[in-house]
Amino acid sequence: MELLEEFARGDAEAFEALFRQFQGEVYGWIVRIVRDPGAAEDLTVETFWRVYRARSRFDPRRGFGPWARRIATNLALDHLSARRNETSLEGDFQPPCLPPDPALAADVREKVAAAFTRLPVKLRVAATLAMIEETPYGDIAEALGISIGTVKSRVFRAARLLRGDLQRMGVEP
Amino acid sequence: MNPSDERVPDLVKRALGPVADAGLKRDLWPRMRARLDRPAIRVPWWDWALAAAIVLCFILFPAAIPAVLYQF
Repeated sequence: MELLEEFARGDAEAFEALFRQFQGEVYGWIVRIVRDPGAAEDLTVETFWRVYRARSRFDPRRGFGPWARRIATNLALDHLSARRNETSLEGDFQPPCLPPDPALAADVREKVAAAFTRLPVKLRVAATLAMIEETPYGDIAEALGISIGTVKSRVFRAARLLRGDLQRMGVEP
Repeated sequence: MNPSDERVPDLVKRALGPVADAGLKRDLWPRMRARLDRPAIRVPWWDWALAAAIVLCFILFPAAIPAVLYQF
């Protein structure tokens, strides 16, 4: 608590201590969303830069981790939106993911990946965390700043959109 | 929920797979330090003065706005 109060008062050493303590956690959260280690490192630094700039608004009683995770999630959403506008997303689901189920045909995997990247970004993030990473709904809701009901609704809508898209491509879930 | 909607999460997980290693491979503090040391972009005071003068001109002479826009 003392460290957090010192950080809120602008103490540079307290910020460094918090950075070293939370950089791994923030990176781990971001890489699960963007699934790109290089981008996740950049976004981790950017997250802490924003944390540092907003230090005067930080309330030490609310905890550093959830606050940083919320900022990180917003940055990850912006990053995915920008990438969606810039390029087609071929290869978005490359390593460092666990290998996909070998029983699943390669063309089905490609179609699922293509359908997934076509989801609206907000639905895609909720679906990534809930369906693939199996993150608890409560954690997703806190990071996105929405209710658990809204998370469930986004995951439901994502599933429905994916089903429709996959059926159009000849894949029956 | 449509029964096939319920099978979608399982299909997605099997097809895409969770992130295998979400651990940070290196200390990012040196990059953070460099980011903190980077000087902030500062707008010179005369740029602000010029912008204020333009706005003031538009307020005093609104008929000039279409003439200026025509140049673009």
